[in-house]
Amino acid sequence: MADPIAQFQIKKIATLGTIGGHEIAFTNSALYMLIAVAGISLLMIGATTKRQLVPGRMQSVAELTYEFVADMLKSSAGNEGMKFFPLVFSLFTFILFANMIGLIPGTFTVTSHIIITVMMAMIVFLTVLGYGIYRNGAKFLKLFVPSGIPIVILPLIVMIELMSFLSRPLSHSVRLFANMLAGHITLKVFAGFVTMLGGIGALGWLVAVLPLSLTVALTALEFLVAFLQAYVFTILTCIYINDAIHPGH
Amino acid sequence: MVVFPDTGVESMADGARDKGNGSTNRASEEAALSARLKGLGAKLGEAGRPKPDENDSRKYASDPQAMAKGFRLSTELVAGVIVGAIIGWVFDRLTGFSPWGLIVFLLLGFVAGVLNVMRAAGVVAPSKLPGGDADKM
Repeated sequence: MADPIAQFQIKKIATLGTIGGHEIAFTNSALYMLIAVAGISLLMIGATTKRQLVPGRMQSVAELTYEFVADMLKSSAGNEGMKFFPLVFSLFTFILFANMIGLIPGTFTVTSHIIITVMMAMIVFLTVLGYGIYRNGAKFLKLFVPSGIPIVILPLIVMIELMSFLSRPLSHSVRLFANMLAGHITLKVFAGFVTMLGGIGALGWLVAVLPLSLTVALTALEFLVAFLQAYVFTILTCIYINDAIHPGH
Repeated sequence: MVVFPDTGVESMADGARDKGNGSTNRASEEAALSARLKGLGAKLGEAGRPKPDENDSRKYASDPQAMAKGFRLSTELVAGVIVGAIIGWVFDRLTGFSPWGLIVFLLLGFVAGVLNVMRAAGVVAPSKLPGGDADKM
């Protein structure tokens, strides 16, 4: 049976050189990131070249995506949050494309590596932290001090709030990574059952219909998950940005 | 999406009966209709009050939102505990209070995780944001 983890292996395609004795390589992960970015660029540039009043197919898709993300951001963080639209839109489209491309058999799923998701979560976390302090100054720290708490238990509450804040990038990144990883492993395992059972003989092929149909169903589920995880990542980004803009007035 | 309360259906039936009886008097029928409409509107407003931003953010993706919430809940608790454990471990390494940092921060992390989950589920209002209702998704 094929190793279900093998699909996540990082393979070197070309070496770009060394920095401080460490090899900098162009890997399959980087390749699929480039493919995702190229796909997004193609969609967006293709949509905006013609710019018709009555949108064509491609323009319609691009406009839908724009409105979807813009509405999400506006409803969570208000009109002021639109300042962060480029960041949020880039995150959403990148994750969506990376997830969807990863579902094509034989491809590599960029978002199934925690280093990628942690990097994206840290961008959001540090943006929120930096902008929150820049915009609100010391008032940003009010985020950790809920109003109307007796002074006796205030230190405890502040500690808990602080931890709740620190756990954000973790849950933010682990959710996306774990869902993509688990989904792809499950798919691979069930698909592996088909060939394993097929090795038994005629009866095996008959029984193999079960895992095969399950694989088909799981693939559909994975498409849903791929979209939902991009959506969840984006909506949480919007909520965190809202915290940076309005930390407890 | 919107579930009509039983009473609304009932009053609708009432209205239909009224119409059958008093079809001769057009003015009174119109008055009854408008009164019924007002009552229904009030009832609908009452039902829809907890979610003021409903028609705004649920235009599309009414289904994904519920599922997205479920996905959110699954990791919030774990994240709190893990962060507590990491902070406790680092604290122990730096200060040498060997087990105590881990014990205290793990418990604090667990509490923070529970708080995260309750906040994500909307059980606890996002305390720091009295004006905003962003955490409801």
